[in-house]
Amino acid sequence: MKTWICIVCGFIYDEAAGLPGDGIPAGTLWADVPAGWTCPDCGVAKADFEAVEI
Amino acid sequence: MNLPLIVIGAGLAGWTTIREFRKLDPDTAVTLITADSGDFYAKPTLSNAFAQQRGPTQLVTTPAARMAETLKVTLLAHTEVLAIDPAQRRVRTGQGEINYRDLVLATGAHAIRLSLAGDAAEHVLSVNSLNDFAAFHARLLAERAPEAAKARVLIMGAGLIGCEFANDLAGTGHPVQLVDPASAPIAALLPAQASAELQAALTGMGVQWHFGTTVTAVDQAASGETGALHVTLANGQRLEADLVLSAIGLRANTTLAQAAGLHCERGVVVDASLRSSQPHIYALGDNAQYAGQDWDQATSALVSGGRTLPYVMPIMNAAKALAATLTGARTELVFPLMPVGIKTPALPVVVAPPPPGTAGEWESTSPGIWQFRDPDNQVRGFVLTGAQTNQRMAQSKLVVL
Repeated sequence: MKTWICIVCGFIYDEAAGLPGDGIPAGTLWADVPAGWTCPDCGVAKADFEAVEI
Repeated sequence: MNLPLIVIGAGLAGWTTIREFRKLDPDTAVTLITADSGDFYAKPTLSNAFAQQRGPTQLVTTPAARMAETLKVTLLAHTEVLAIDPAQRRVRTGQGEINYRDLVLATGAHAIRLSLAGDAAEHVLSVNSLNDFAAFHARLLAERAPEAAKARVLIMGAGLIGCEFANDLAGTGHPVQLVDPASAPIAALLPAQASAELQAALTGMGVQWHFGTTVTAVDQAASGETGALHVTLANGQRLEADLVLSAIGLRANTTLAQAAGLHCERGVVVDASLRSSQPHIYALGDNAQYAGQDWDQATSALVSGGRTLPYVMPIMNAAKALAATLTGARTELVFPLMPVGIKTPALPVVVAPPPPGTAGEWESTSPGIWQFRDPDNQVRGFVLTGAQTNQRMAQSKLVVL
């Protein structure tokens, strides 16, 4: 399980925790996060979300 | 030669405007003028960098040169803009004058500083940029009392930024004290119960609170008390710290705009299309005051009022609308609901504040969920704490804008 950080706003996506409130179950790999998902803190689309692994 | 679009300021507002503009217009020349290096970093990470063991250099996500190359921008870094001449559509810098087709002010805000007494008042730090953070980071490592494992930090201001820093520092072993004239943390945004929960969570990490008072003086300790500062509060109490951080709020940078005759109040006043009171000059981000009206239709011919919104989401929305306007398709900015995530891992909080001036009351609907209801019983805002922050999307759907 990896952790990703949004380079625009610093939002952290933790694969182990997922985002159950956004319909993304715990354990969802970044690659499997739906294409229509947007960053909850800054609203950038997944396609624009230049996440870096931390 | 066609005149460029000039953007002043290389923070999130400046860079995002250019990124959005480039999606629509790959050709028009763009010049970005910034007083700092222009390196791109996520500003919200400044207040949670310690938990992630990231220093100033690791916080830069994209170096300025790569941003400029990718976005085809002429970058004038470490360049101060001295004046704007709206009539001639020209900016003057230390390196000369440049004419613009359109000008975007993304000059941000600065930390509000109280004038304090004491011989160490000038040692009080604020963190509102990566450069500030680098200075803070260096001092934090250097200033430590011999008996203490980690520098003791006193934070002025128990608002959103003060609490994020408190959590980050306490979580990495720094003794932290917070001083605030209010009676609870983030009192301006949170219902009393949520605020109390946050206070309890941070207290559990060892954070100490001094409410209902302010810092009046910061002095060097007498010789022999190495590294320590003595902090005097308005209530007469004397505290010890190795470092004092001021986090009492931001004020828009409007000096340039005011000197150029742009209408400014708490920020550069812009209408619904982000236009300032002068043609071809726009503003967004922490230096802007979003009046929401329209210069062409304002009955008083003076657009005024509105709010400053020093958060990420408003900037992203504003940059998209402004980019479209700058390509000739004037676009009015309509803010959606913009919940703010407060980065306090001890108790994560999400707040969607009601519009300013909305009548109503906070109501607890279940543990960790508060809704702001107006007199017609409509939900106008919400606050979520702890595990309930998962309910962000569900709660957002209930809010009437």
